[in-house]
Amino acid sequence: MEEPPVILSENARKPGAESEAETIRRILAGERSLFHELFRPCERPVYLLLLTLLKNEAEAEDVAQETAIKAYLNLRNFRGDSQFRTWVLSIARNEGLGRLRKLGTRREESLDAGADDATGDFTPAILTSWREVPAEALERKELGAMLRKAVNGLPEIYRNVVLLRDIEEMDIRETAAALEITEGAVKVRLHRARALLQKALAPQLGAFAPKRKGWFGGRA
Amino acid sequence: MRIDCQHVWEHISAYIDGEVEAVLRAEIDRHLETCEICSAILDSTRNVVVLVADDRVFELPAGFSRRLHDRLGREMELAGP
Repeated sequence: MEEPPVILSENARKPGAESEAETIRRILAGERSLFHELFRPCERPVYLLLLTLLKNEAEAEDVAQETAIKAYLNLRNFRGDSQFRTWVLSIARNEGLGRLRKLGTRREESLDAGADDATGDFTPAILTSWREVPAEALERKELGAMLRKAVNGLPEIYRNVVLLRDIEEMDIRETAAALEITEGAVKVRLHRARALLQKALAPQLGAFAPKRKGWFGGRA
Repeated sequence: MRIDCQHVWEHISAYIDGEVEAVLRAEIDRHLETCEICSAILDSTRNVVVLVADDRVFELPAGFSRRLHDRLGREMELAGP
């Protein structure tokens, strides 16, 4: 009853953001264990981003843990001008790059500058018809393996974007912020990545589409 | 203006995300009505995007979350209030 109406209306507009900010405030005020819940939605994107970067499950898991610890220790520095997840992903990316340097496996290929000018064949696989492959087909293990292989086979700058944008369903702005690239670069890379995936997968995916009944003797 | 297949392919990703402006979108829609190849490329690309996003494709290793929160908890204890 005593709460000012303006606060209530803010809450109604941005419940997610409000509750995230409120959780952070409570953690900083001493309810430390709430950090576990705050970090939980970040686990999967952090791990997958690091796996993309490090290409090693044990290293990716170790750096994911270090990312969580670093985020906790630096929580006071989080300004709230992005989502908490975006901030955490930036930490993960920097920690992952640091680990690569430490391991001495940092490739010299550019991850940012000039990469979007790269020429390449981004022509999709040419098809004359398409039969939808339903999600239920993923019950077959070989389909999941085929999809993972195609994503893992993408050049790193495209794989990162697919991972955050399509797999973790982050919007273009958040993807750009987490990877520290422009929104335009996200769009270009996403377009190329999807074309490469379509090219790699479409010719093989037909085997997972339901069989047509062909009642009228037409194309099956 | 009539657009060709190449032009449609250049915008497929943005088209899937609903980020093509209205005039171009109408052109692409008109092209798709008569072009089986572009329709198949659009449908297959959209299908690939949906399948790749399924949670069953990329999973966390077993016990990942428990190990992370165990270590985090220990570090939080060490860090103190």
